[in-house]
Amino acid sequence: MSFISYLINGISLGSVYAIIALGYTMVYGIAKMLNFAHGDVIMVGGYIIFTFMSTLGLSPILSVLIGIILCTLLGLTIEHIAYKPLRKAPSLAVLITAIGVSYFLQNMALLIAGAESKSFSSVISVPPLSLAEGRLTISGETLVTIPLCIIIMVSLTIFVRKSKTGRGMIAVSEDKDAAVLMGINVNKTIAITFAIGSALAAIASALMFSTYSNLSSTSGAMPGIKAFVAAVFGGIGSVPGAMIGGILLGIIEIISRAYISTQLGDAIVFLVLIIVLLVKPTGILGKKIQEKV
Amino acid sequence: MKKRIFALVITLSFAMLSLAACGTKETADGNEKFYIGGIGPITGGAAVYGQHVKDAAALAVKEINDAGGINGYMIEYRFEDDVHDPEKAVNAYNTLKDWGMQILMGTVTSNPGNAVKEETYADNMFMLTPSGSAPEVIQYDNAFQVCFSDPNQGMASAQYIANKGLATKVAAIYNSSDVYSTGIYEKFAEEAKNQNFDIVSAEAFTDDSDTDFMVQLQKAKDSGAELLFLPIYYEEATLILTQANAMDFKPIFFGCDGLDGILGVDNFDLSLAEGVMLLTPFAADADDAKTQKFVEDFKAINGDIPNQFGADAYDAIYIIKAAIEKSGVTPDMSISDITDGMKEAMTQITVDGLTGAGMTWEATGEVNKAPMAVVIEDGQYVSAE
Repeated sequence: MSFISYLINGISLGSVYAIIALGYTMVYGIAKMLNFAHGDVIMVGGYIIFTFMSTLGLSPILSVLIGIILCTLLGLTIEHIAYKPLRKAPSLAVLITAIGVSYFLQNMALLIAGAESKSFSSVISVPPLSLAEGRLTISGETLVTIPLCIIIMVSLTIFVRKSKTGRGMIAVSEDKDAAVLMGINVNKTIAITFAIGSALAAIASALMFSTYSNLSSTSGAMPGIKAFVAAVFGGIGSVPGAMIGGILLGIIEIISRAYISTQLGDAIVFLVLIIVLLVKPTGILGKKIQEKV
Repeated sequence: MKKRIFALVITLSFAMLSLAACGTKETADGNEKFYIGGIGPITGGAAVYGQHVKDAAALAVKEINDAGGINGYMIEYRFEDDVHDPEKAVNAYNTLKDWGMQILMGTVTSNPGNAVKEETYADNMFMLTPSGSAPEVIQYDNAFQVCFSDPNQGMASAQYIANKGLATKVAAIYNSSDVYSTGIYEKFAEEAKNQNFDIVSAEAFTDDSDTDFMVQLQKAKDSGAELLFLPIYYEEATLILTQANAMDFKPIFFGCDGLDGILGVDNFDLSLAEGVMLLTPFAADADDAKTQKFVEDFKAINGDIPNQFGADAYDAIYIIKAAIEKSGVTPDMSISDITDGMKEAMTQITVDGLTGAGMTWEATGEVNKAPMAVVIEDGQYVSAE
């Protein structure tokens, strides 16, 4: 019974990683850059939702919607100010800029919100599900997170495959110069990608902080790195890959903590990553990667 | 060229001389009063600790001076800010030394204490830390603690749980990447062998995985634990309480002084903390006359209800008084002679303070006192007795 409980917790944790990883993988797939500030956008999203919900007393749904809108604007602003001028620069410069943006966001949050952590109230009011005479309890957050993650993944896949903008994204990801020749606005496409990634970050922050209520300026850093691992694990650039990578990562993390060691959970996660990359360097669903970082 | 360097050296050495002259300013009237200095954070992240220490110690100094001083000698008291930073703590120490400090009541926190202890040891200056709980702070023989050292909190917790018969099956969750948490847990586990309860589950986490406690809680729940020991800081504890509630696991939660502050977390659902017990030497609601008078007087100065740090500092001044009276040292003696007298007296005195009755000290600097616990009821700390 406890195994099932661990498994469900793993899937729930993995679903959160998956939603964050979707943001990483979209941006990488299309703009060919690693947006290391993605985890910190989640943290900012957490603070925005916290402010509207707990300080100003708005309803959870409205607060999350405001969070999504403001995070989208934040993502667009970051892209416009920090990344767009570097479109032709070496990829290393963009990478360092992304790390700079990450630290900037963390320190701004520290300055504005202070060092004391906040306790995030859950935005989800679904009651927990009690099974097998109370030996197995599934929290309301888990009941919402898992289906929501699947819905997001499916709709994102359909959007990319079927819509005009989505196909524009594929075109930009395959060959930027050719896409320009075909009349696609590369800058606009990349901006839309950032907007979607940041909106997903806001959703991820609502789900993540509902389960793990501690909100501080560094709250986004570790989940950001784990989600990046999930994206690489599943094959960076692939939408279903991010989903599979995220969920597998969550399950491996929880199960190894449960049955091997609570302290070695992270070590095992990264060990699995190394093994997967040795056997299949492009990740589980990865396409052939060009030499860019 | 050579000439120029020579001139530079001469100029520099003159500059050094004049600076040095500033440093060795004669201590004013150091012969008639005891100069007690205090160091702690009164700005920055840990400011609330230092402010309470500063005001509570000032209160004790005023009481002693009003009552005629120590053996007839008045106390001069000065407090310097260290912003909870080791480097600034050493600067504060040097400032106080220039002022004429003979006895140090500090530091408030452990990391600055580790830096300052080297200075006090080199100067052979008596050092009594009210709340610096790391064992390293009292590594040298001139340093003593008012609070329990970290490992001793583990021992005291185990004894308290056993003596009060709180549980027979105990689970623990601790942070294996933190010395405070690991130190307490190891001593707790060691002492548990001598006590009438069993540790049925002990799980660790690290700073990098301090958000998801489902696995640790599930294991504790499966092991049938009636009490969950949490020698951790309150930030992780709020997560553990929330997640335990989500999985319907309701043992007694028992922590150490790291949990002090849990009621101040912004937006934390205080109903989850209901019934949480923590080992702390001081409860402001205790109904003995001494505590009530202290709380009353402290509120008049500071405005807040004093926390355990304030109580530790108030006791620290009275402990210094007792050690001076026992040893018979006088302010006109050298700092080193005062220290030698006081550190010998420390092992002989017994002090009844706010944070414990019949406190005695080992030569190592550790305090012996009975552990006390508080329990959270209706969002307030209440004595568990």
